[in-house]
Amino acid sequence: MPSKRLNYIAIRFMPHTAAERRIAMTYEILFAGFGGQGILFSGKVAAYAGLMGDMEVSWLPSYGPEMRGGTANCHVIISDSPVGSPIVNNPTDLVAMNLPSFTKFEKTVLTGGNIIADSSLISIKPDRDDINFYPIPATQMASDMEIPKLANMIIFGKLIAVSKFATMETVRKAVEKSVPPSKKELIEVNMKAIEAGYNYIG
Amino acid sequence: MAIVFQKPKALSDVPLHYCPGCTHGIVHRLVAEVIDELGIEGSTIGVAPVGCAVFAYNYFNCDMQEAAHGRAPAVATGIKRANPENIVFTYQGDGDLAAIGTAETVHAAARGENITIIFINNAIYGMTGGQMAPTTLVGQVTQTSPYGRKVEAQGYPIRMSEMLSTLEGPSYIKRCSVDSIKNINDTKRAIKKAFQNQIDKKGFSLVEVLSTCPTNWGLSPVEALDWLRENMIPHYPLGTYKDIDAEQKA
Amino acid sequence: MDKVLMKGNEAIAEAAIRAGCRHFFGYPITPQTEISAYMARRMPKIGGTFLQAESEVAAINMVYGAAGAGVRAMTSSSSPGISLKSEGISYIAGADLPCVIVNIVRAGPGLGGIQPAQSDYFQAVKGGGHGDYRMIVVAPSSIQEIVDSTFLAFDLADKYRMPVMLMGDGMLGQMMEPVAFPDTTGVKLPEKEWATTGTKKMRKPNIINSLYIQPDELEALIKNRWKKYIEIEQNEVRFEAEGTEDAEIILVAYGATARIVKAAIKKARENGIKAGLIRPITLWPFPSDVISAAAKKVKAILCVEMSMGQMVEDVRLSAAGACPVHFYGRTGGVVPIPADVYDEIRRYV
Repeated sequence: MPSKRLNYIAIRFMPHTAAERRIAMTYEILFAGFGGQGILFSGKVAAYAGLMGDMEVSWLPSYGPEMRGGTANCHVIISDSPVGSPIVNNPTDLVAMNLPSFTKFEKTVLTGGNIIADSSLISIKPDRDDINFYPIPATQMASDMEIPKLANMIIFGKLIAVSKFATMETVRKAVEKSVPPSKKELIEVNMKAIEAGYNYIG
Repeated sequence: MAIVFQKPKALSDVPLHYCPGCTHGIVHRLVAEVIDELGIEGSTIGVAPVGCAVFAYNYFNCDMQEAAHGRAPAVATGIKRANPENIVFTYQGDGDLAAIGTAETVHAAARGENITIIFINNAIYGMTGGQMAPTTLVGQVTQTSPYGRKVEAQGYPIRMSEMLSTLEGPSYIKRCSVDSIKNINDTKRAIKKAFQNQIDKKGFSLVEVLSTCPTNWGLSPVEALDWLRENMIPHYPLGTYKDIDAEQKA
Repeated sequence: MDKVLMKGNEAIAEAAIRAGCRHFFGYPITPQTEISAYMARRMPKIGGTFLQAESEVAAINMVYGAAGAGVRAMTSSSSPGISLKSEGISYIAGADLPCVIVNIVRAGPGLGGIQPAQSDYFQAVKGGGHGDYRMIVVAPSSIQEIVDSTFLAFDLADKYRMPVMLMGDGMLGQMMEPVAFPDTTGVKLPEKEWATTGTKKMRKPNIINSLYIQPDELEALIKNRWKKYIEIEQNEVRFEAEGTEDAEIILVAYGATARIVKAAIKKARENGIKAGLIRPITLWPFPSDVISAAAKKVKAILCVEMSMGQMVEDVRLSAAGACPVHFYGRTGGVVPIPADVYDEIRRYV
C-alpha cells in the first residue's frame, strides 16, 4: 500500500519535493506490551536491522517501575536522515502485544500506518479504518512451536513482512548482533520464530 | 654531644596550634614516631579531618589530603584504591568520625578497607568551641548541653570501638588512653600495630585514643587528665576489641 | 571500527574506560544505574576499581581521594544524588582536583520523578556547592557525542585541574544509538607531579587542601583560579549552530531537547519560516558571544528547555535586550514534542 505510506511521510515533515519524498524513508515503530514479553529485545533487533541496512537509528525504552512487571514499551526510529527526537509520539508501525497497549496506542498511529497485534491476547479490532491492521496469534504460534518465549520474534517477523524496512538477510545479521556472544545457540531459534511470523498469512 | 631527644622525622618543623595541655600533640608525636620506626614516611599519605586536627596536613612530614567533615575514610578509600602500595591513614576526632562521618567510618570498616584510622575521643567538639559530641558523657556540660547531657533529650554516647568490633571487616580495633606514661606507651604499640597491619595487608585498623580537652572542659591540664580517668575510662573501657591475629592464635 | 548500538549510560562508561579512567565510585539511582553496572562488570577485568559507595556523599569523596592521588576518577549520579555530591564538588574545585562527574538528570525538586529533565542547569553552572568556583559542564545531544564528550571531559579536567560535569538526562542515558569509539591505544595520560603518591623522600610533601584561614591568602588564590576560568571562557566554548545565517528566529536548546527542537525547525523551514538553532554543548563556559551576535540579527530568540526556564536566564544575559527572548518549557519529566515547539515558533514570527 505505497499510497498510504506516502501519506504519513508527508505528515512527518519529510523533504517536500516529490523526488525526495519517494526515497524518503522513516519508520517510527512503537513496540508495546507487558514487561517480560521481550519488547525491548525485539526493538533492539529492529534498530540493529536498520543500522545493518545503513540507516540512522535510535532506540528508546520506557524505564522505571514499569520495567518490573507492568507495561513496557520501546520506541525505535529508522530513517535515512539523522534522527531528531527519539520519541515516537505517532508511530508509523505499532506492534501491540497486550490489550492495554493496543487500546492506549491504537489512536496514535499515523494514517496509513500499520498495527500488528498479537491476536492471541487481543481479541478486539481497531476502531478506525485509515490504518492497516494485521492480527497474528503470535503467543499461540509460539506455544505450538514450543518456543513460548519467542512470541515477540514471531510478531517481529510479521512487522518485517508488512513494513519491509529490512530484508530477511539484514534481519539475520541484526539477530546475530543482538544475541549475547555466550548464547549463540539462540540465533537459529530466533530466526525460526521471525520466519514463522514473516510467512504467516492471516 | 649525643642527641638524647629529637623530633620524629615524620613531624614537620611547624609549631602546633593546639591549646596548652591538649593531648593531640602527644598522639601526633606517636604517629610520627611509628612512621619513622616503620620507615614508611616516603610512602605514607595522611588524611586530615575537620576539627581541631584540621591543620594536621601541615604537621606530618608526608603527603597529605584535607578531607571534608566526616569524609576522611571515604577520601582514604579513594587514595588507597588509586595506589594500593601507599600507606594511608586518617586522623579524626569524635565529631568527625562518630557523628557526621559515621556512615563513612562504618562502611570503610565493613569493607575491611586496608587503611589505618586514628580516632581521638575527647567527648567534645573542640574547634567550634565546646559543643556536645556523640561521645559526650551523660550529664556532661557543654555549650549545647548546658544543663548536662540528658538521655531523654540527647540520648546516649556512642561507643565506637565496641560497635565497630561487631563487624567482620576490621582486623584490629583497640581503645587506648594518653593519660599516663604507661597508657601512652600502650597507645604507641597499638598505633604501630595498626600501621603494621596495613603494611601486611590485613585490612582495616582503628585505634581510639581517649584524650583531653582542658580548654573546653574548663579544667587545668592536670585536672583534665584526672577527669578522663574518673569519667571517661569507666564509660569507655580500655582494651582490644578486635584483633584477627589473636583470634587466629586462639 | 564498527558501529555498535549502545545505551547512553553504557557509552559513557565505555568511553571513560577508554579515556583511561580506572577508578569509578558510584551509588545506584535511576536513570543512570547502567553506568555503575557496566563499570562493575568491566573494571575487575582490566585491573580497575569499581566501588559501590555507601552514599553519594562517600562516592564523591572517594573521587576526591583518588583524584588527589593522581588517577583519572569518575562518579555518576542523577539529580538528587548530585545534590548530595555538591559538598564534595565544592571541595574538589577548592583543592584544584581533576575529575569527571556525570549527572543523568531526572525531574525534581525533591525525589521528583525519574523521567528526563533539564532542571539542574542552575545547580550545574551556577554552583550547586558553596563558594566561588566554576565547573565545566558538557551537555551532549546524541550517543556519539556522549562518547566524544566523555573523552573531552577527562582531558579538560586534567588540563585545567578542575571538576568537569557531563550532563545528560534520562532520555540520553536510556536510549540507544550507533556509536564508534576512537582508538586510544598508546595515548599517554598527563603526569601529575602535585598528586599525593608518597614523597619517596625525594621531594617535599604534596598537600591536597581547600582550607585557607587567612582571607588575603584565600582571595589571592581564588583570583588566581579565576584567571584559569577566564582562559576557559575564551578557549573552551563549544556549540553547534545550524541555519543561523538567514534566520529570523533562533532557537536555543541543549541536550536531548535540541533534538526535538531540530525536528520543529525542520518543519518551520518546510513552511517558509527561517528558523535556526544554537545548541550550547558547553553550558559553562556558555556560548554568550554567538547568542549575542545572533540576537542583533533576528526578530526573536526562543529558548526551549525541559525546565521552567533556567538556561533562558543566560540566553537573556547574552542577548542583552537586542531582541525579545521567549521561553517554552516542559517540566516534571514531560518531554516537549516537535509540533508544540513548532507552534511556539509560529507565535513569534
